[in-house]
Amino acid sequence: MYEPRIIGYLCTYCSYPGADLAGTSRIKYPPNINIIRVLCSGRVSPELILRTFREGADGVLVGGCHFGDCHFISGNHRTAKRIPILKKIMEYAGIEPQRLRLEWISASEGERFAEAVREFTETIRGLPPIREILP
Amino acid sequence: MVSVGQHENIEILSFSEVEEVSGYVGDFKVKVRKKARYVKEELCTGCGLCQEKCPARNIPSEFDCGIGSRKAIYMPFPQAIPRIPVIDTVNCIYFQKGRCRACEKLCPRGAVDFEQGDRILHLEVGTIIVATGFDLFDCTRAPQYGYGRLDNVLTGLQFERMVNSQGPTGGKVVLKDGRVPESVAILHCIGSRDENYNPYCSRVCCMYSLKFAHLVRDTIKAKVYEFYIDMRSFGKGYEEFYERVQREGVIFIRGKGAEVTERDGRLLIAAEDTDLGRKISVPVDMVILSNGLEPRGDAAETARLFGFSRSKDGFFLERHPKLAPVETASDGIFIAGACQGPKDIPDTVAQAGAAGAMALSMMDREKWTLEPSIAQVEVERCSGCGECTLACPYKAIELVEGKAQVSETLCKGCGTCVGHCLSKAISLLHFTDEQLVAEMQGALLELEVA
Repeated sequence: MYEPRIIGYLCTYCSYPGADLAGTSRIKYPPNINIIRVLCSGRVSPELILRTFREGADGVLVGGCHFGDCHFISGNHRTAKRIPILKKIMEYAGIEPQRLRLEWISASEGERFAEAVREFTETIRGLPPIREILP
Repeated sequence: MVSVGQHENIEILSFSEVEEVSGYVGDFKVKVRKKARYVKEELCTGCGLCQEKCPARNIPSEFDCGIGSRKAIYMPFPQAIPRIPVIDTVNCIYFQKGRCRACEKLCPRGAVDFEQGDRILHLEVGTIIVATGFDLFDCTRAPQYGYGRLDNVLTGLQFERMVNSQGPTGGKVVLKDGRVPESVAILHCIGSRDENYNPYCSRVCCMYSLKFAHLVRDTIKAKVYEFYIDMRSFGKGYEEFYERVQREGVIFIRGKGAEVTERDGRLLIAAEDTDLGRKISVPVDMVILSNGLEPRGDAAETARLFGFSRSKDGFFLERHPKLAPVETASDGIFIAGACQGPKDIPDTVAQAGAAGAMALSMMDREKWTLEPSIAQVEVERCSGCGECTLACPYKAIELVEGKAQVSETLCKGCGTCVGHCLSKAISLLHFTDEQLVAEMQGALLELEVA
């Protein structure tokens, strides 16, 4: 049993306030995630995600706005296209694609954020530490 | 509203719809469709002769919630600003059958114009305040209360029109057969605080229900029952009013009305009296349903149009619930009133004042500070593939001499181009790769220690 380390890249207008709401509403979720705020999920480049695994993260959560809600009109559409492709590349490279998770979380969905982190932490717990795959 | 209509700096565009909003704070471009009302605004004096003479009568009036009637050419309500009528083409005899034009012949100013079409206006504005209000909960969605099926089951607004001295009954509280009711029940929380409809409290219904109880006692002295879950008389002077209504002999039953049925020509209310802990049924002559507030039916489209999001209940989301209650995620666009959440008149007035002040103080500045995080191109690395120009949601990037160039005023700093750039030539100031990687490394270290 190990404690997985998860990095969450959350967009500043939906997912980040959603996570904030989980906090202010005192909703409990595992402390295995550390959050990095980006302006839009569209900013999270594939290279950044791969680098995050390289640096030792066991999982990466990318959070964006629901379709139609994106403050930047269509930034999240780009994310939605990019992530599935990256997952295929990860699989090809021998990294379990489950380690990367994309979630649409609005600013009012604190509970949804907490639930996503709970589920994701359990998923990652079922996988070996990333250090064993990327030594 | 009259003083708004007369103010030299305020132009009212009624019967108009915003179709497109582009630009940014200080330079918004708004496309407005001014719908055809078939009356020339510059000629009409609002004398009302056309409404008097229009032969298309007995059309249910929206303002009177169907208990009164209007004509096919009408003003929405007597105090409407501007005082210019509109022709309802669905009910107008000329529009339906091609003959009549009575209003055109009778208008002393020749203001009726059947040829009028929609007009598109292009406005340039600095700031925008959205105050689109609310919809009332549709009581037919809760069929257990018999609204629309049983006579003498009214919504709050219908009763409000009935008891108004200018209303369709001239202020008389009467049943459908013309009798005066001997007993009236007021059912709170219809569509509010109910997991089947809306979980939130609509905030205004408790107080308007108390007002109705007071008016019934005051005018017809009928017996009044109030079925409530909790009494939320939270505002200034509200609790005192609640006590006054209690002294007036209104019977308060703590328990939500569950069902309204008809028996022997009377209405029977089934409820649980939670203070006694048992089921009760109360026969009355009239039932008033205190229906709650809901977001406007087109709130999703409006939010998309102006670029802000909505909270879980569907009302528009403010930038911060405590610290920025009238600002939105879009700079220069403010919200006020019940479009942000259910609220009563004092709160709406306060919020509207705040939104107005915020908008004006923004307009008064000569310079506006933009967010510092914008995209920057490292020209040496740019391969000129043009992927970023396709990725940018704001069309802020162009290829100039084969290299990407970012317009600093159009760029909002989302960074979608950065995520897309294959040659890593674009970086987002304050969110550069180096900064994010350093942050990520620190975050991982912190998790390891924990």
